[in-house]
Amino acid sequence: MSEFAIEFKDVVKSFAKKNGDRQMILDHVNFSIPIGKTTVIAGGSGQGKSVTLKLILGLMPVDSGRIFVGGVDVTGVRGRELEQLRTRFGVLFQGSALFDSLSVYENIALPLRERTSKSEQEIRAQVDTILQQLELTGHDEKFPAQLSGGMRKRVGLARALQLKPEIMLFDEPTTGLDPVMTQDIYKLFARTQEQVGYTAVIVSHDIPKVFNLADEVIVLNNGKVDVFSSPEAMQWSREPHIVEFVENTMGEIYQSHLVEQ
Amino acid sequence: MFAQDVGGMQRNSLEKLGDSGLYVLEDIGRMGLYLLLALKGIFRRPFRFAEFMRQMHFIGAGSMMVIFCTAASTGMVLGLQGYYSLNKFGAEGMLGSAVSLTLIMELGPVLTAIMVAGRAGSAMCAELGIMRISEQIDALECMAVDPFRYLISPKFLAALVSIPLLTALFDVVGIAGGYVAGVHLMGVNPGSYLEGMRTSVTNHDLRLGMVKSFVFALLVVWICTGRGYFIYKIRGAGFGAQSVSRMTTQAVVYSSIAVLIFDYLLTAVLL
Repeated sequence: MSEFAIEFKDVVKSFAKKNGDRQMILDHVNFSIPIGKTTVIAGGSGQGKSVTLKLILGLMPVDSGRIFVGGVDVTGVRGRELEQLRTRFGVLFQGSALFDSLSVYENIALPLRERTSKSEQEIRAQVDTILQQLELTGHDEKFPAQLSGGMRKRVGLARALQLKPEIMLFDEPTTGLDPVMTQDIYKLFARTQEQVGYTAVIVSHDIPKVFNLADEVIVLNNGKVDVFSSPEAMQWSREPHIVEFVENTMGEIYQSHLVEQ
Repeated sequence: MFAQDVGGMQRNSLEKLGDSGLYVLEDIGRMGLYLLLALKGIFRRPFRFAEFMRQMHFIGAGSMMVIFCTAASTGMVLGLQGYYSLNKFGAEGMLGSAVSLTLIMELGPVLTAIMVAGRAGSAMCAELGIMRISEQIDALECMAVDPFRYLISPKFLAALVSIPLLTALFDVVGIAGGYVAGVHLMGVNPGSYLEGMRTSVTNHDLRLGMVKSFVFALLVVWICTGRGYFIYKIRGAGFGAQSVSRMTTQAVVYSSIAVLIFDYLLTAVLL
């Protein structure tokens, strides 16, 4: 049994540009995400953060290299094997990706109806429990268009947690939310992680707030990655592109650290 | 210098041509695989009976009024124009035969398919396109739910059942419209209208009409859902709401053209 939930070994991913050249997104990238921890994947726009999540989920193929989940090579798996792999993941999408023609209840019940043999009574009980835990009681008959951004995220989280995932992937989970709602969502992540015990991978622009949750940080920059054992380790890096990233994203905090020192 | 420029331009044009050729082959391959997966999804368990019935209601029952109006209008026009032409040869007794054969073998299947493409095909394309760009289809895949079994195959099955039924409705209403125009307005003998129809329409003609409507149903649902499903992979589709509107238009145009091309091919082969 591997001590890592996810491992990237020498992974290359590129896209064709209009002029026929290739744009390198991940250039022989290596990193490991430890089990049970929270890893934040950071980096500027277009650096391949969401692509990394799609590669993990098998929504895109790698050009070369291997991806391991729980020590098992899952590169290029297809069909039933891929379906089986995906049952180990929960995903919270940037826009929540709720089915807008289904009610909140039906959205949350969908994975249980499709992937388990539970009776409708058992499904009702399980959905009611999660609605209560995520403070969504009374909203079960509403449709996604009738919910606020924060509520949509909570419904998306509730749906993703239904099959008790080993690994939760969060793609820009606080985009479009106000600071108070952002804090609430992060508290919710921490609480659900404690309850379910999943490995969390968070792709986020929301730095430094998301670093409160992070055990490890992976920074994507021009196809390369830098892995840090903690947000603090990243702040004290002397690599020029990391110094620039830290100054751009956490300027005030970084400066206050320097003053204290 | 001039020769170099011309050489460069030729190479550039060849590259573009090759690139377009590769893209068309890739699109055909993708759509071919999509068709296989959608048909395979019909037989994958558990069967989504409620979704199938919802699609039957949407494609079939929802299109009845537009089919009824189109068929009545087409049948009446055929009745009037047929009378005008046949009257020149004193053959107005053949009106029932002319109207019914034209509708059953040709206009019924073609117009039904084109009307369904415009009404339901466009809606299916837009629905899948929006689901794709808002990551709802990705979400299904991430929940290990087969999007073909869950979303696409019920639409295929509903179209394959409902479009031939709508074609039958078109034929009946069109023949009745021809009867009203020919018999009640132009004074053709009702007995000769009905007898002409009875003696000239054979089982072969009915089979040809049904085979056509089945093939057209497959073309319409395949192209319309496929354009929506692959909205992000189609060159020139653009992004966001614009891509949905472009693909919806493209789906209706492509499926209508495909229906017309296959109409000729099937007529040539099966007549």
